[in-house]
Amino acid sequence: MTIRAVGTTTDLAPVDRHELREFAALYEMPLLELGAVARERARQADSKGAVTYIVDRNINYTNICVTDCSFCAFYRRPGHEEGYVLSNEQIGAKIDEAKAIGAVQILMQGGHNPYLKLDYYTGLLDYIKTHHPIHVHGFSASELDIIARVHKMEVGAVIAELEDAGLDSVPGAGAEILVDDVRDRIAKKKIGTARWLDIHRSVHEQGLLSSATMMFGAGESREDRIEHMMRVRDLQAETGGFTAFIPWTLQSDGTEMDGTPETTASEYLKTVAISRIVIDNVRNLQVSYVTQGPKVAQVALHFGCNDFGSLMMEENVVSATGTDFIMPRPMLVRFIEDAGFKAVSRYQDYTPVKLDLDWYCGCRICLGRKAA
Amino acid sequence: MILPATHGELPVRPNDPALHPIAEKVEAGERISREDAIALFETDDLLAVGGMADLANRRLNGDRVFYVANQHINPTNVCILNKVCVFCSYGVRPLAEDAYTMSLEEVFAEAEAARSAHTREFHIVGGLHPKLPLSYYTDMIRGLKERHPQVHVKALTAVEIAHLARVEGIETRDVLREMIDAGLDAMPGGGAEVFSPAVRSTIADRKLVADEWLRVHREAHELGVPTNCTLLYGHVESSADRVDHMLMLRELQDETGGFSTFIPLAWHPDNTALGREMGVEGKRTGGVDDLKALAVGRILLDNVPHIKTHWIMVTTRVSQIALSFGVDDLEGTVVLEKVTHTAGADTPLGLDLDEIVGLIRDAGKVPVERDSLYNPVREPVVA
Repeated sequence: MTIRAVGTTTDLAPVDRHELREFAALYEMPLLELGAVARERARQADSKGAVTYIVDRNINYTNICVTDCSFCAFYRRPGHEEGYVLSNEQIGAKIDEAKAIGAVQILMQGGHNPYLKLDYYTGLLDYIKTHHPIHVHGFSASELDIIARVHKMEVGAVIAELEDAGLDSVPGAGAEILVDDVRDRIAKKKIGTARWLDIHRSVHEQGLLSSATMMFGAGESREDRIEHMMRVRDLQAETGGFTAFIPWTLQSDGTEMDGTPETTASEYLKTVAISRIVIDNVRNLQVSYVTQGPKVAQVALHFGCNDFGSLMMEENVVSATGTDFIMPRPMLVRFIEDAGFKAVSRYQDYTPVKLDLDWYCGCRICLGRKAA
Repeated sequence: MILPATHGELPVRPNDPALHPIAEKVEAGERISREDAIALFETDDLLAVGGMADLANRRLNGDRVFYVANQHINPTNVCILNKVCVFCSYGVRPLAEDAYTMSLEEVFAEAEAARSAHTREFHIVGGLHPKLPLSYYTDMIRGLKERHPQVHVKALTAVEIAHLARVEGIETRDVLREMIDAGLDAMPGGGAEVFSPAVRSTIADRKLVADEWLRVHREAHELGVPTNCTLLYGHVESSADRVDHMLMLRELQDETGGFSTFIPLAWHPDNTALGREMGVEGKRTGGVDDLKALAVGRILLDNVPHIKTHWIMVTTRVSQIALSFGVDDLEGTVVLEKVTHTAGADTPLGLDLDEIVGLIRDAGKVPVERDSLYNPVREPVVA
C-alpha cells in the first residue's frame, strides 16, 4: 500500500505523446550535433558566457528515514544505532564553519523522519536566523510532504510557516523520475509525481523559488526522462518559479540497486543537452561533477550547462555511495575558465555575489526580508 | 522543428570566426598549418574542433573503433633518470627500498595471465636499468613468443633502446635488429614527452633529445617495425610547443609512414617532483584539454592512421566521449598497469573486454578487436 493519497493532489494531465516522441528522437542525433544545438539554446539563455557556482555547505540534519528508497545509501530506519538528528548547536557550528570559508547558503536536507514535528523545523530555522544568519535552501518536496502528513496540514500552510520562520528557498530533490511507474519501482513509499509537482507549485505560489532535479540511470526509459523534463517545463510555464534544472545519475554502490549499470558519459551528455532543449523556460542547467567527475562536468559546459553547482563543503548523501568528488574553489574556477567561460560566484537565485553587500545574502528573498 | 540543418560534412559549424578557414581546409581534405593548429588549441569552440576531428577520422576509419586485449609488463622501476624526469613518480634509484627488477621467470609467470585473458599484445616498458643487458630483453621477448606465439610483443621505447645501445656499446640500429630477431613486432611511442628543448630541459633534462628519439623511430620504420608516437601534455608546455612537437612527428611520418598511432598522454602530477615544485599535485588536466589534445592530433597528423585515447590517464568516461572527437582507438584491457598509477591515477587497473565493447557501442560506433598491427582479430564478444 502506498501513502500517496494523502494531501491535495490534482490529477495529472497526460503529456503530449507526439511531442514526447519528437524529443526522444533527439537521442538518435550524433553527440556533437546535439551538443551544438544545446549550446545555442544555452547561449540564448545567457549571452554573457558566464558559468556560475555557489559556495555552500550541505547539512543533513537527520538520516532517519521511513521511505526506504532502493537507490539510497544514506538513510537509516528509526531505531537503527547509526541514526542521528543533529542538535541546533551542531548545525550552528557547521554554519559558522561554512561562513568562514565564504558560504552564502546552507543546503539543509534530511531523511523523512516522522518523529520531527513542525516546531522542530520552525525552531531550527528561528535559531539559525537569530544566531547564525544565512540563506537557508532547505527541505525538499518529500520532506515538506511528511511534515504536512504528520500534522494533517495543507502543504501550503506548512510552507508558509517555514517561510515565516526563515526558509528562503526549496531544493529540487526527490523528483527522481517524475513518472509513477518508475517511482513505484525505485521509491514506492515516496510522494508521487502529481504530489511533487503540487508541492513545488505551492512553493512558487508562496513566493519562494525552487529548483528541479532528475535522477536518471535507474532503469527508466529515455521516454520516461523526456516525460519528466516536460512535466518540469509545463509547471514552469505556469509558475516561473524554477531557477534551475539539475540532472544527475544514479550512484548505486552500497544501495539496494547496487550493480545497476552505470550511465555512460555519452548518455549523460546527451541527456543534459536534451534537457536544455526540452526545458526551454528554465534559465539554468547544472552539471553534476559529484556523479560525473570534474572532467566530464567540464565538458558538459559545452553541451548546454551553465552552472557548476556547489563547492560542497560537506555532502553525506552521495558520498555514502562511495562517490566523493569535493572540489576546492581554485580547481573549480580553473575548470570553468579552461573551458572558455567566466566563473561567477552566485547566490541561490543565480544572481552574482556582491562583495560589498552588508547583509548575508543578496538573493531577492533575503533582500526582501531585510527590507521588511 | 528541433533537428538542426547541418550542411556539408562537418557535424558542427564553428562559432569562432577564426576557425572558418581551418574548417574549410579540413572539409576539403587539405593539410593545416602550424598557425591553424595553434588556433585550434586556443579557441573556446570545443565542439567545432571536435567536429573537424570527427570528419577527419570518419574519412580514415569510418565508424570503427579499435581496441586490443593487452597486458602491460613493467620489468623494472630502476631508472638512471629517476632524478632527471621530474614529471615521473615511477622510476627509482637502484638501491631504493621500493626498487624492483623482475627475473625472467617472474615475467613469464606474470605473462601466464595472458592465457585466460585472450591477450593479443604484451606492452613492455620500464626504467633505464644501469646493469640489465640487451640479452635480458631479447631473452624475454623470445621466451614470451615461445610461450604465447599468438601474442604480439610491443616493447621498449626509443629511450630504452638508446640506453641499451650505450650499455652494450653498439648502435641503436643493432639493438633494434637483435630485438626484431628475438620477435619484436612493434614499438611503443613513449619517451617523446615534448620535443621543445626548453620544455625538455625543464621536465626531463638529459633525457634522449628530440633528434635522437626521432632517429630511433626512423630506424625502426626502416627495419619494418611500426611504432607509436606520444605527447605528454598538461605541465609547462605551451600550445605552440604541442604543435611543434606534432609537426616533427608529421614530418617523419611523411618520410617513413611508420607511425601507426598518435597517443596524447595527460600528465599526472601526484607524487612527482615537478608536481610538488609547481604546487599542482592533485590537479589533473581538464576534460576539455584532454579532448582538444586528441582532436587537434587527429586534424594535424593527417598522415597517421590512428589516434588513441588512453583511459588510464583521462578516465573511461572522457575516453568514451573522445570517440566523437576524432578518436578511433581505445586503449586495451591493460592488465597490471603500474606507471601511471604510481602518479595518482585513480582509474581501474584493467577493463573487461565486455566493458570496452559496451562503451564503444554506446557511443554509436562499431568495436573492432585488433592485434598490434591493426589486423582485426575477431568479432566482438556479444555482451
